[in-house]
Amino acid sequence: MTKLARDLLFPLIAVLAAFVVGGILIILVGDNPIDAYRLLLGSALSWPDGIGYTLFHATPLIFTGLAVLVGFRCGLFNIGAEGQLYIAAFATAWVGITFANLTPWLLIPFCFAAAIFTGAFWAAIPGVLKAKFGSHEVINTIMLNFIAVALVSYFTQYHYKVPGDPIMETATIGQGAHIARFGKFVPGFPERIPLNLAFLLALLCCLLVYLFLWRTKWGYEIRATGSNPFAAEYGGISIRKQIVLAMAVSGALAGMVGINDVLGYRYRYYDGFSDNYGFTGIAVALLGRNHPVGVILAALLFAALQHGGIYVDGFSEHVTKDIVQVLQGIIILFVATESFFKWLLGRRPSITRLRA
Amino acid sequence: MRDIFTLSLIASTIRLATPLVLAALGGLFSERSGVINIALEGKMLAGAFTAAAVTYAADKSLHMGNASPWLGLLAGMIAGLFIAAIYAVSCIKFKADQVVSGAAINILMLGIPGFLSGAFFLSSGSTPQLPKDHLLPQSPVIIAVTVALLVAAIWYVVYKTPFGLRLRSVGENPEAADAAGVRVSAIRYSGVLLAGVLAGMGGAYLSIGQSSLFTRNMTAGRGFIALAALIFGKWRPVQTLLACLLFGFTEAVSIQMQGAVKLPSGEDIPVQFIQMVPYVLTIVVLAGFIGSSRPPRALGIPYQKEK
Amino acid sequence: MLELRQITKRFGDVLANDQVNIVVKPGTIHAIVGENGAGKSTAMRIAYGFYTADSGEILVDGQVRDIKSPHDAIALGIGMVHQHFMLVETMTVAENIVLGAEPGNNLALDLKSAASQIRQLSEEFKLAVNPNEPIEHLSVGQQQRVELLKALYRHARLLILDEPTAVLTPLEVEEFFAILRRMREQGKTVIIITHKLSEVLAISDEVTVMRDGKVVGRVQTKDTNAAELARLMVGREVLLRVEKPEAKVGRAELEIKNLSVTNINGAKRVNDVSFEVRSGEIVGIAGVEGNGQTELIEALAGLTDPARITGEINFEGKRLNQMGARVRRELGIAHIPEDRHRRGLLLDFSLAENSILGVHYRPPIAAFVDNIFLDENAIQRRAGEIIQRFDVRPPNAALPARALSGGNQQKLIIGREYHVNPKLLLVSQPTRGVDIGAIEFIHRQLVSLRDDGCAILLVSAELEEVTSLSDRLLIIHEGRIAGEVDPKVATLEEIGLLMTRGH
Repeated sequence: MTKLARDLLFPLIAVLAAFVVGGILIILVGDNPIDAYRLLLGSALSWPDGIGYTLFHATPLIFTGLAVLVGFRCGLFNIGAEGQLYIAAFATAWVGITFANLTPWLLIPFCFAAAIFTGAFWAAIPGVLKAKFGSHEVINTIMLNFIAVALVSYFTQYHYKVPGDPIMETATIGQGAHIARFGKFVPGFPERIPLNLAFLLALLCCLLVYLFLWRTKWGYEIRATGSNPFAAEYGGISIRKQIVLAMAVSGALAGMVGINDVLGYRYRYYDGFSDNYGFTGIAVALLGRNHPVGVILAALLFAALQHGGIYVDGFSEHVTKDIVQVLQGIIILFVATESFFKWLLGRRPSITRLRA
Repeated sequence: MRDIFTLSLIASTIRLATPLVLAALGGLFSERSGVINIALEGKMLAGAFTAAAVTYAADKSLHMGNASPWLGLLAGMIAGLFIAAIYAVSCIKFKADQVVSGAAINILMLGIPGFLSGAFFLSSGSTPQLPKDHLLPQSPVIIAVTVALLVAAIWYVVYKTPFGLRLRSVGENPEAADAAGVRVSAIRYSGVLLAGVLAGMGGAYLSIGQSSLFTRNMTAGRGFIALAALIFGKWRPVQTLLACLLFGFTEAVSIQMQGAVKLPSGEDIPVQFIQMVPYVLTIVVLAGFIGSSRPPRALGIPYQKEK
Repeated sequence: MLELRQITKRFGDVLANDQVNIVVKPGTIHAIVGENGAGKSTAMRIAYGFYTADSGEILVDGQVRDIKSPHDAIALGIGMVHQHFMLVETMTVAENIVLGAEPGNNLALDLKSAASQIRQLSEEFKLAVNPNEPIEHLSVGQQQRVELLKALYRHARLLILDEPTAVLTPLEVEEFFAILRRMREQGKTVIIITHKLSEVLAISDEVTVMRDGKVVGRVQTKDTNAAELARLMVGREVLLRVEKPEAKVGRAELEIKNLSVTNINGAKRVNDVSFEVRSGEIVGIAGVEGNGQTELIEALAGLTDPARITGEINFEGKRLNQMGARVRRELGIAHIPEDRHRRGLLLDFSLAENSILGVHYRPPIAAFVDNIFLDENAIQRRAGEIIQRFDVRPPNAALPARALSGGNQQKLIIGREYHVNPKLLLVSQPTRGVDIGAIEFIHRQLVSLRDDGCAILLVSAELEEVTSLSDRLLIIHEGRIAGEVDPKVATLEEIGLLMTRGH
């Protein structure tokens, strides 16, 4: 089997198997899985809403998928994309509010920088802790998620809320910080659909991440560290530096979710805006086999499901949109348990090389 | 500050710490056997939802009255066991990455309760309200005694029985344990399954002890706090209990305060900062600033026999 | 007592055991000898249930037995002491010994009665050790005693010992053999895996010889001699002769003064070592493995935290102590590490990507825009040169390093390290696990590099290799230089004495 075929085959099997298991669950609660899946996936293909919203939902997932991917390639597990994107989104809004009167030519780059550097900073913390004290990044990123959420909630509640507003959200950002929605330049595409330039930025990031990891010396060093840190060290590579660098890049990517949500969609920071993007990013990276192209495909699949979930909720008798998370969970479980399929196919089980 | 240390605060600390203690001690069995348990959250959710749903059904359909929460508790433990079984097979039999599998379980269990309650209770993610007298005991004294006995029992199992010795050895050096004739997989299965039962129990107490129904994502990160307590307690039963009490206390304080309590200087302590305490402490301890916290050596590494 | 019939075992593409037949008579000491990688350990790990055979059967006391795990083997009275000890370091001696065979019932762990039983066994077999001591506080020799007690505690009738003397000094070896004889007197059966022929002749009753995964001979010890065993083991003339011209020695490249290195636990592994290596010469370091060689080389290569190093490391007059691996490489130091899988290769990376490790960040490999990007053409060119010059097979730069045989992986590493024209080469175990053809090739390459004026520091556990290649030979013992000899005139006895006894 060629490498490409195998790279495509196993994720495909995992997705199909998840749909089969999900189908059984749907039958158990008394609905027809074919109808449910038609609602779930069919709605994603309609023009303009289905496609527009699917691409809109895919945007944060591409960012977080890339974030997790960069970590994985360095042998790190960044479970903290959720916290990184929260704190970055808040920072983006803060810049958008504080410097509201600047010209867009300055304000937008400032906002971008806020998203990127705040995300990078927040992710660099567990990186430094690992490099310096050897403490496990999985635990620290989980802990920092909660800290980030509490921190931004504090700032929102105590300092940046519009007095009297019952919702936990900041004031709006300046007009100059808005980035264009697709409706502005795609004929016939309604501007109410929040798909915006951040989607193109996400695609650009896929290309940049690919170039960075596979075509630059820094990427080589990160991947070498992830593949075998002892050999990397032998080759004169500072493992500690790579850990911090990879976490920072990872956090920067996660932070760009803030650009999509704050500058392109809500035009303010809204507490609790993330629909589990950080965790879904893990699924996206794994299903996408830790490759930028795979990340795009996996993000589109999950985004389509997310969009379809609303239709399932509205039109199906028993099945709710929760089926989306159920399917996501089963897909990751199957992807993680690749050797299960090898075992089913009668091969010898071996360690799944997820972090390779 | 003084007036917050009331009897009611102590009582509420005990009540809030109970689910944490159960889940954290479950995690202790799993992690001491060498299997990371970031899936505690998912297992607690499974226990919480199942317990509430079964209690409701036992009450409504079987007319079990006061006995129904006990059936619910049992069901919650079985649900935790079931989820743990999936996790165990994936991590032990198929040597899946434990963190990835755990994350998968957590995401799955965010969806399953809503999916089932939508179908069975036609609600959006919660179970119907239970009558107040059909819940698990609330008395802090009863709970405190029960939890203390449980911790003592677990301490004894871990340090004073052959099973405990095998458990610890498998988490430290599975190859050596295997060479000594210990069945590594069997021990790891037991560890992970025990974790499921205890976490399920913790979840059950959340829905049919502390409250009277299951609500969407009602654990709200308690599984992760339990994990934090386990690390803060250096993977030892008594220290873990103390860590849970500390974290339960911070939660009790933050509930009691809700912006109302002021420092002597007249300033508010924002509740968010109290909420952060467990997480910050865990990071600090893990970095070795307060004594060193060394995880079991083989934690997170699938045992591969022929390499 | 134990019989292996037609045992075959494959690891991936490697046939580790090929229809192996071994018969061990009860109450004897049976030696299994062969070179590294001959399949001795694999066969015995199968007998102990650590591996499962692909085909063949195991008989214990004449009956076919299904041994699926060590658990089964222990129940049949088989015990095994592995080359790398199987002890839980954080636990005590008693806990380790009873683990898996705990006394008392399931509800209470009775370590007190265990400790007294252990004391009894220690006296009976003269294996002194304190049951309440944690393993991490014990010396290697003491840990070995714990392993033996572990087997005896489980009432093992058959003991399999994998390379038990590798970690012992000659004096300890004598004591150890006395223990084995005592066990034989008590009716136990012992299998000893080794590649040291003198030990085979000294201790065993019967010998099975293995080569390339097959059994190639079975003889009574009293009917054989070292020469015959050696011929069986190697399957060719034993003595490796390396043709090399007179060394043209230049100036001192590497000068080490009073170098000491401690390990992470604070134990001194290299102790007050001073020597120099001059251009155009090979300085060999001989010694029993684990006497500080690894730590010495890693300290010189810049892979040790400078805080754990005292003394001076000077290269061409520059103090290296605080410099990292990268700077040392830039100065002209190359390194062929002892463990190519752990240190030397990125197994999942292609040969091409492996060929640039260490030079990946500078021209000509890094190019364009401030040398940020990797130049794919330069990488392919470099990989092609290495593959061609060092005959790496299969010659496909796109393959992952994992796909190569041990010998070809080693050639790739050597090619990579030679490609920078080093002034100083640090080499550790250059031919470990490498087939014979490749060994000769590697030896010739080392000599030719020397003749080009490179200074070479060579560490090898193969005494013959290190004596035939070196121009000067240092002997290391417990982290100290025990002596220097002229390898052209020194006898193996003389070197062996220094290796094991120090001054």
